Amino acid sequence: MRAAVIVFPGSNCDRDLAVAFEQAGFSVEMVWHKDAVLPDGIDIVGVPGGFSYGDYLRCGAIAAQSPICKALTAHTERGGYAVGICNGFQVLTETGILPGALLRNAGLKYICKTIGLKVETSDSAFTEGYNSGDVIDIPIAHHDGNYFADDTTLAELRDQDRIAFTYAENPNGSRDDIAGILSHNRRVLGMMPHPERAADSGHGGTDGTALFRALAGVLAPV
Amino acid sequence: MKARVHVMLKNGVLDPQGEAVRHALGAMGFDQVEGVRQGKVIDLELAEGATKADVTEMCEKLLANTVIERFEIELL
Repeated sequence: MRAAVIVFPGSNCDRDLAVAFEQAGFSVEMVWHKDAVLPDGIDIVGVPGGFSYGDYLRCGAIAAQSPICKALTAHTERGGYAVGICNGFQVLTETGILPGALLRNAGLKYICKTIGLKVETSDSAFTEGYNSGDVIDIPIAHHDGNYFADDTTLAELRDQDRIAFTYAENPNGSRDDIAGILSHNRRVLGMMPHPERAADSGHGGTDGTALFRALAGVLAPV
Repeated sequence: MKARVHVMLKNGVLDPQGEAVRHALGAMGFDQVEGVRQGKVIDLELAEGATKADVTEMCEKLLANTVIERFEIELL
């Protein structure tokens, strides 16, 4: 099983994400934003948290135009798996791989704390290690995590069971308390909370581990 | 040729920064302020021959996120 983790100038969760993948059994390759192609045989691409390109223009907007994001888009269009966490989620919405956008937090403050995250669906390679309705402890650390999508898109996400996670208590003004969503084919997950920061006993919590283990279970060669 | 692009959040999209500015103005005694929306202005210096259609494409592809923002182009 091979994972690629993209590194943009300003990424700061790339190594944490790589470690979380490795602990679940993946071999990981770090991929630079200027690369125009992903390594052959990659099973999943991780788009990490951070402040790609200093959050200039809009969070994730410049990263979404980088050469590697064209390769990422092609990978997802071929049905490849990808996960975008925090800034990675913002990048996935800016590329159009996932619908909606992340606005400034309603309270205008950068929020960094562990929150209760409700698993809305266990029907995905990312969430099948949880039960629907589980509330897990996962840290958030963002200034622009206020998920916005128009009514039609929200209804579609609900009807297709593509809301992966919601906040037990909405910290940022996200519509419908949304913390993470799935793509149409359920193979791309974007989420603001950081499961890779709750994947080792040294982190103070390990509720994120099940996400990486579930992925490893699905992507393991038979 | 120059173009000025105004990017604003769409109506109906919460603008917490505008709201904070409105609160501050109210606290300063400017009771006449009923609403504030904050946006950005981007000035482009363009080569000869560039058209408004080019700028529109730039807005749609990068300068604005049309999920949440609308834009207006002024040719200067």
